[in-house]
Amino acid sequence: MKKYKHYVFALLGVSLLLAGCGNQTGKSSSNGALSSSAAEKVYVAPGEQDEYYAFLSGGYSGNLTVYGLPSGRMFKEIPVFSQFPTSGYGYSEETKPMLNTSFGFVPWDDAHHPDISQTNGELDGRWIFINGNNTPRIARISLSTFETEEIIEVPNSAGNHSSSFITENTEYVVAGTRFSVPVPQRDMPINEYKGNFKGALSFISVAPENGRLNLEFQVLMPGFNYDLSHPGRGKSHGWFFFTTYNTEEANSLMEVNSSQNDKDFIAAINWKKIEEYVKNGGGTKMPANYAHNVYDEHTHTGTSTMKKEVLTVDPTEVPGAVFFLPTPKSPHGCDVDPTGQYIIGNGKLSADLTVHSFDKMIAAIEGEKFDGEAYGIPILKFEDVLAGTVKSGGLGPLHTEFDANGNAYTTFFISSEVVKWKLGTWEVIDRKPTFYSVGHLMIPGGNSRKPFGKYVVAMNKITKDRYLPTGPEMEHSAQIYDISGEKMELIYDFPTHGEPHYAAGCPAELLAPKSKKIYRLSENKHEFATISPNDARVERNGKEVHIYMSTIRSHFTPDNIEGIKVGDKVYFHITNHEQDFDVPHGFSIIGQNTSELLVMPGQTKTSIWEPKKVGVWPFYCTDFCSALHQEMQGYVRVSPANSNIELSWSLGE
Amino acid sequence: MKKASILMIVGPLFLLGLYAFPLWNIMLGAPQYPEPLGMNIHIDGIRDVNEFDLQNIDGLNHYIGMRKLPKPEEMWEFSTFPIIIGGMVFLGVLIGLLGYFKKVSYIWFMGWFVVMSILGVLGMYDFNAWMIDYGTNLDPNAIMKLSNPDGTPMSYKPPLFGHAKMLNFDVTSLPSTGAWMMFTGMMLILAAFFMGRKTSKKTKTL
Repeated sequence: MKKYKHYVFALLGVSLLLAGCGNQTGKSSSNGALSSSAAEKVYVAPGEQDEYYAFLSGGYSGNLTVYGLPSGRMFKEIPVFSQFPTSGYGYSEETKPMLNTSFGFVPWDDAHHPDISQTNGELDGRWIFINGNNTPRIARISLSTFETEEIIEVPNSAGNHSSSFITENTEYVVAGTRFSVPVPQRDMPINEYKGNFKGALSFISVAPENGRLNLEFQVLMPGFNYDLSHPGRGKSHGWFFFTTYNTEEANSLMEVNSSQNDKDFIAAINWKKIEEYVKNGGGTKMPANYAHNVYDEHTHTGTSTMKKEVLTVDPTEVPGAVFFLPTPKSPHGCDVDPTGQYIIGNGKLSADLTVHSFDKMIAAIEGEKFDGEAYGIPILKFEDVLAGTVKSGGLGPLHTEFDANGNAYTTFFISSEVVKWKLGTWEVIDRKPTFYSVGHLMIPGGNSRKPFGKYVVAMNKITKDRYLPTGPEMEHSAQIYDISGEKMELIYDFPTHGEPHYAAGCPAELLAPKSKKIYRLSENKHEFATISPNDARVERNGKEVHIYMSTIRSHFTPDNIEGIKVGDKVYFHITNHEQDFDVPHGFSIIGQNTSELLVMPGQTKTSIWEPKKVGVWPFYCTDFCSALHQEMQGYVRVSPANSNIELSWSLGE
Repeated sequence: MKKASILMIVGPLFLLGLYAFPLWNIMLGAPQYPEPLGMNIHIDGIRDVNEFDLQNIDGLNHYIGMRKLPKPEEMWEFSTFPIIIGGMVFLGVLIGLLGYFKKVSYIWFMGWFVVMSILGVLGMYDFNAWMIDYGTNLDPNAIMKLSNPDGTPMSYKPPLFGHAKMLNFDVTSLPSTGAWMMFTGMMLILAAFFMGRKTSKKTKTL
């Protein structure tokens, strides 16, 4: 009875304390006051700018979307793996090569995990990378033009999911395969998977001066599913960590058959060791066929090159380079804290998080305390590497991000919540529901040595949301929480585009000042550019007709063209002569079997038109460019295939 | 007289700022130009405030039939002004030196000041005349021909000094660094004159 009394007093004390706090900060507990304070936190007044950029992957839209935090306003959709009629990306002759693969033209992908380039483990804002999951590819996007500059296909991979994460000086962008496959691909029975399939982990170097990607080597791992990965940082720089599932190597009814082992692995890869091995001539060159597509900002043109060889590394031939860390319950997210000390395995079929210690891992490796091996790769003892377990009380942990104060934030898909916990003590500090069924979360810089722990964005996996209904198909929803205090506070709900798998964010001042406004016409090196309106012309080469056309407010030069015939293949090469911010011109012509073009100032883009009918056909500018935009139009006269009408073109005659 | 002469030597040197800094600045802001377009008028030509500003001003002006902004070789002023300024600096320094060695009296200082002021007023008059021509001598085939409420054709002469609203644009026209340096130099010379007069009076009474 005495004990109870103490408890009662303690509780009373706490509640008094809380009430006191409430009064001191002048906050009442009524909903109205709370929501108005949330409104103040997310309100970015007209004319003001957001504090952070957020880049959300578009999932099955294949693209990347740019948002502001804390407003949740969407600024732009950057086309990456998908055709985008808004700008003509993937439709224009210049950008079609960007979507070339060893399977031919693939106009779509499933874009997953964006990651911003880093220097010394801190965001540097040069580029952002994102992976295409379905037809394995990695893209590099410029953060001064906000356009896709490069896409490299990843051979021997399938389900490019544990990608595209970068090392702390952007030495490599890493791409792991979720689905193991025969390497090289061959005709074989599916049920001979076990022991025969391989999981390729690809290390793609990034040239510091221009970002050019090159597939340096692939580590051919046992045929597990390599689900997610993150780089070591600080003390663990030089290592890369991959979660695995299906260490059972099942090939059918995976939801049951690959969930049998109590523990799967986190694969720890010492890439510096493998890099050295490769530099000393190690590895095996294997014939391959994969596309490398590069867009040049000055020629405004993409080129696709097929690469024919890849260097593969058998991990058992590089002693001390690869180890397995047993991790319970089919871990999904694999996250490394800002100090590089803790490696978190989010056991998606459990309630708990497993945290491994980098120091303990090194000690166990040095002490050679192995618990057997898998395909020649040493397995460390679970107890020897375990730093701690977070007993959260939630269900289905997926992903963890970090703030700068030693706290971690983990999403729980099944129990639909974000849980804040303390690194080192593993105690749960706070939990807040999400709406609904959260997948990834993002803190700007939360995947670097220097997080900016002011907001966390939780991105939901199911499309049921709290907005006005729009039929069976909806966009996914996201929540913004203020994490500047001890407790998280939900401050905003906003819809996203596609299905965001992960995001990357950074302070606005890192990118805003260097965002390009125009392309310089004087630097336009496009093969078919029209640099002066005096050079505007039409040239015939057999059935091919090239129209060199320039635009300026508000006319095309030339705007009357005759001598085109049915059956011709007409190339419209449009050069925008504007050098003023935000004056693009569009181009479209009746019956075009492709999209319009949206041509930025100083840029050249090309669209093909194959006229099928005799007549006089109009073309026009699709972007409202000036008060005389409606007048920005022209005509093409199309004559019968056998006509003798000479080519002619004019403006203002 | 020595101090006054030193001022007379230093004063004209301030005019050299006109070779480095603009004489005048005109800025054009509008809702669709939150970062205004601008031109800096130097003694040897008109230049962008931000890259491509002149090109973009010309692009906008063509709607209302204004001619393109002149290139340096298209106006005699831009080749003549640098010579006149150079000549005046030379003369001023020379007068100062002669004053220092007591070869000329302080009256010459005022002489230089008056000549320079006349030249300045003439320059302003010429500049204003050009702006009137630029703003009113419009292409008869202009895309937009606007009229004032009284039916007279609208003209687009930028203000010589201060602010004016032209269509949707706020136009501000003010002297710039070069002009302020010239002004400072001329004030020094004026001071030199008064100092010279004071000391010469003293010498006389002695």
